[in-house]
Amino acid sequence: MTRNTVSLEARGLARVYRRGSEEIRALDEVSLRIRQGEFVSFMGPSGSGKTTLVNLLGCLDNPTSGELDLAGRTIFGKGNLLGERELTRIRREIFGYIFQNFYLIPTLTVRENVALPLAFYRKPGVEGEVERLLGMLGMGHRMNHLPRQISGGEMQRVAIARALVNRPEILLADEPTGNLDTKRSQEIGEVLQELNRNAGLTIVMVTHDPGFARLGGRLIEMRDGRAHEA
Amino acid sequence: MISRFQVALKNLLRKKVRTLLTLVGIMLSSWVLVSLLGFNRGYEQALNRDIDNMGYQLMVMAKGCPYEAATMMLQGGAGLRYIDRSMVDSIVSNPAVDKVTPILMQAFFDPNKGDGGGIAGYYGVEIATYPAMKPFFRFRQGGWFRDEHATEAVMGFEAAELEQREVGDMIMVPEKNIPLKVVGILERTGTQDDGTIFVPLKTLQKISAIDKITTIGIKIKKDADSSKLENALYQLPDVQVVSFSQVKQTIMKLISTARVMVLSIAIVAIIIAMVGVINTILMSVLERKQEIGILKTMGAMPGDIFRLVWTETLILCACGGVGGIVFALAFARVTDIMVRSILPYAPSGGLVMIDIRLAALTLAIIVAVGLASGLYPAWKAGRMRPLESIRGEG
Repeated sequence: MTRNTVSLEARGLARVYRRGSEEIRALDEVSLRIRQGEFVSFMGPSGSGKTTLVNLLGCLDNPTSGELDLAGRTIFGKGNLLGERELTRIRREIFGYIFQNFYLIPTLTVRENVALPLAFYRKPGVEGEVERLLGMLGMGHRMNHLPRQISGGEMQRVAIARALVNRPEILLADEPTGNLDTKRSQEIGEVLQELNRNAGLTIVMVTHDPGFARLGGRLIEMRDGRAHEA
Repeated sequence: MISRFQVALKNLLRKKVRTLLTLVGIMLSSWVLVSLLGFNRGYEQALNRDIDNMGYQLMVMAKGCPYEAATMMLQGGAGLRYIDRSMVDSIVSNPAVDKVTPILMQAFFDPNKGDGGGIAGYYGVEIATYPAMKPFFRFRQGGWFRDEHATEAVMGFEAAELEQREVGDMIMVPEKNIPLKVVGILERTGTQDDGTIFVPLKTLQKISAIDKITTIGIKIKKDADSSKLENALYQLPDVQVVSFSQVKQTIMKLISTARVMVLSIAIVAIIIAMVGVINTILMSVLERKQEIGILKTMGAMPGDIFRLVWTETLILCACGGVGGIVFALAFARVTDIMVRSILPYAPSGGLVMIDIRLAALTLAIIVAVGLASGLYPAWKAGRMRPLESIRGEG
């Protein structure tokens, strides 16, 4: 799959959770298309379904119904759900993920954390990518530090480098500044904008911060499990 | 770059105390196991060595309890039965016999030996035939007796050391108060001979007022049929024949209970270590649920996670196994003393023999058992779904 062909298209995507006899419709018939190189922000209050949608778009979960095409290939659709192994194959080929809580391994250095995905899967031509990304993200001088020795903003930069080390097509960011102060949030926002503008990386971001949401070129508001173009 | 091995190692180092305690458990089981296997081999070797050092393969003695005979053969004993010296002549004529030596064993109570006295063992041996049976004897001082009637003694290494005797000293035969001149002191042999005092046969017969002997040692000719000879010897009146294999079987039977006991301890230790490994690895997996979820978002397959967790088990078991073997080697002497204290009969020399093959076998057993213990935690980690794991569910 090449960068030019990748796009996401959801048709009637729904996710229903059951809690005992109660049925919770977290996502309700969402249809949307994300083109290659777009920076799309999903914004909405807690429980609006934004994280559920991004999890489905990022192949972290199976939908209850609906279809999802990834670069023209139907991933979910017509009752077809994928097993964990197949989802993993798609995830490591296409996606990079960053989360609010960074999830760095505390016993590994910054360099080792970024290199960790390569221990499981390595795309051809990613040699030297760890150092290049850390340098690009201003973490070149912190490579041998442990996560506890760096700030929250720096930890998120490391998490971004880790997400990008296998050159993903799409970066999924779930509340990437949720644990950061305003200054650090701005810095992370600038990093994401640069990656989108300069590297042409497709970014799908979830945030509850209206100011941060406007960083992307496209804003989708989530309410009661439905998506509305802003 | 970082390898899976490094990731696994750093995971284990995260909870140092827990990892250390698990390692100690594995080390203990490895220690017990390698010592047990070493004992199994070492005891038999030591017994064989003791019997080989007898210098003869068969013994003929007056009829009696075979256990008593076995003890007498290796340690000497009291309440002995006697046979005629003339029997030697009828045995030596057998074509399967290479050499024959008559022996008179006597035990005297020595009030000065140890706390509250002890038994002093004397061997009456023929200068003409006995040294030929023991060509490996080396003298630290002096040599054999001058003749069959000399009031002289040759002391085993330990017997001389215990009584602080040198060549030229006089010793008194307890109960009889007859002086003997020490004419030779043997080098250490690592056998029962070290604690024995050898006296010319005729001299000991005179001292004891017995003109008979207790035992006839027989060396069989090379390639001769020993069972045929045994059968022939059984035709002699009122004697029993004790062979190597009989003695060995009798003693191995006696120690089988001790072996079963030690084996049980080893099995219990291994089970405890297994439970420790399962607990440590499972706790570690459950604590790292979110990290495992993240590894899966990065592209780690279920098999990758399984192997990562299994590598942690492998590191634990390999380190614990090697540590236990090193301890077993370092404290082999202590183990030897402990094992000796519970055995009905222990041959001379080291009882616990650990070599490279035994160490490798133990390590293989510990690692195999450990990896089996790590199967469930590794399988559980491998099947975690990324989303549930990141949320801390499942």
